[in-house]
Amino acid sequence: MMNNAAQIAETTEQAQQYAIRTEKLNLWYGTFQALYDVDFNIRQGMITSLIGPSGCGKSTYLRSVNRINERLGYVRIEGNIDVFGQNIYDPSVELVQVRKQIGMVFQRPNPLPISIRDNILFGHKLHSGGRASRSEQDGIVEDALRQVLLWDKVKDRLNRKATELSLEEQQKLCIARLLPVKPRVLLMDEPCSALDPKGTAAVEELIWELRGKYSILIVTHNMAQARRASEECIFMLMGKVVEHATTDQLFVSPQSQQTADYIEGRYG
Amino acid sequence: MTEDTMSLFEETALNAKNKRVQGLYRTLFMLMTLLLITPVVIILATLVVKGSAVLSIDFLFTDPTDGMTAGGIFPALLGTVWLVTVALLVSVPLGVAAAIYLSEYAPDNWFTRLINLAIINLAGVPSIVHALFGVGAFVIFFGFGTSILAASLTLAIMTLPVVIVATRESLQAVPQAFREACWNMGATRWQTIRKVVLPNSISGILTGVILEVSRTTGETAPVMFTGAAFFLPFLPQSVFDQTMAMSLHLFVVSTQVPHVPEALPYGVALVLIGMVLIMNSISIAFRMYLRGKKKW
Ligand SMILES: Nc1ncnc2c1ncn2[C@@H]1O[C@H](COP(=O)(O)OP(=O)(O)OP(=O)(O)O)[C@@H](O)[C@H]1O
Ligand SMILES: [Mg+2]
Repeated sequence: MMNNAAQIAETTEQAQQYAIRTEKLNLWYGTFQALYDVDFNIRQGMITSLIGPSGCGKSTYLRSVNRINERLGYVRIEGNIDVFGQNIYDPSVELVQVRKQIGMVFQRPNPLPISIRDNILFGHKLHSGGRASRSEQDGIVEDALRQVLLWDKVKDRLNRKATELSLEEQQKLCIARLLPVKPRVLLMDEPCSALDPKGTAAVEELIWELRGKYSILIVTHNMAQARRASEECIFMLMGKVVEHATTDQLFVSPQSQQTADYIEGRYG
Repeated sequence: MTEDTMSLFEETALNAKNKRVQGLYRTLFMLMTLLLITPVVIILATLVVKGSAVLSIDFLFTDPTDGMTAGGIFPALLGTVWLVTVALLVSVPLGVAAAIYLSEYAPDNWFTRLINLAIINLAGVPSIVHALFGVGAFVIFFGFGTSILAASLTLAIMTLPVVIVATRESLQAVPQAFREACWNMGATRWQTIRKVVLPNSISGILTGVILEVSRTTGETAPVMFTGAAFFLPFLPQSVFDQTMAMSLHLFVVSTQVPHVPEALPYGVALVLIGMVLIMNSISIAFRMYLRGKKKW
């Protein structure tokens, strides 16, 4: 039998290993239940993809992790989501900090209608009270843009409006602007579905580059993308988790018949 | 070439009929439009033809003389500027704040919907009702007497609904995706409004508001009972004084005073319309300029 200290040590060790731990998460939109006992852990520093047919609750889960769902008055949530060992639904948790630690990238790139530079500095200014020297700011902008492989393309037009960029560049910028506030988790909801194949490949490459520095959870409809660009994969069906395995395993030897059917394209 | 392919692109009887019908409707709608703008053109033309004789710099900047049958309109002109300015100073901050609350903060529940409904209906209240409310509330209850303040407050109350609606429309024209982008970076509601929503809607708000408020320039009933006088031998010194006003002056010289030269009321009307048109043009030009700069 383990003594208490060892037990605690072990649980904290486990907690540190996981970026997101979800326990028996149930979610209702009014009377409609969208998530059923969702239970899985997302490993730290890895890319996990979330796949499943349309309407199975992927976006719903993602939006529960950074607490945007609760803006809708009729949403009811039960269960726990721990991010780095802390229950983000605890009343003592500050919502602004949740949003800061957990960045989100949307399906349609949504840069703000300000300059590229200001887009990158936006979040940083919010959270630093705006006290940074010009050279510090330059450093932040360059660093963020380099991380998303955009620096060389836009370094000469940082003061141009971000909305003038191509969709692919806009999406990279939307990822870049999360980085200066040093989030620990990045949530991406079909980040490539508005892009052409070349843009998709470029953004995928970038996401792969970010592996290790951030814990990334990416929703995708694109089987090939999940396979190429993630290390673990979760398959959901009708609000339930069907299978969670390493990507290789899930695609090569799925344990569940439903998973096998889906990856072979037998559902929508 | 076969018979078939020859007739491929020829007009059929049905084509011809449809074309005639379409031409008919086109003409009909055009006539309606002409009919619509005819009175506007006639009014403006009459005013210019009959009124321009009295127009001069002196007319704008001197007092009326000889029992208002001669001289200028300066006290009325100044009075209207006072009334509209004070009304703007009250209704714009109030209306914009209310619109921001309703559009950005208020939860979508029955209470908010009730308020929105009330605002739309308030915009339809006749100005004479506002006038009487102004007398009861500002002149008597708050004890401002008949004064610029009472009249301007009445005008402000009257314009509030339209200011709120114009502002809310500008706010709602800002794409929701911008707000979500901000919230997801941990911005508070206020930071989102301050940094993204307002900068992207302020031009629309201002122009919309000027456009709406310029209409109050011509309002007669609300100021007549609350602060505007037929004739005053002095200019107002503060907001607690009475004042003359363009709209009321027009009413007076065209119906209440004997032996007014024919051109005088037309001249007053021309100046009044000119004031409104100038304000409108400024706001429209401003809006066009800013719209050209916006990109989404
Ligand atoms: N705001 C909402 N109000 C009510 N029901 C909703 C809402 N958002 C989603 N749903 C429902 O919840 C279920 C899950 O939706 P969700 O958007 O999470 O699916 P998804 O897996 O992301 O689908 P997709 O692949 O099409 O994006 C769907 O049946 C949907 O109709
Ligand atoms: Mg979705």
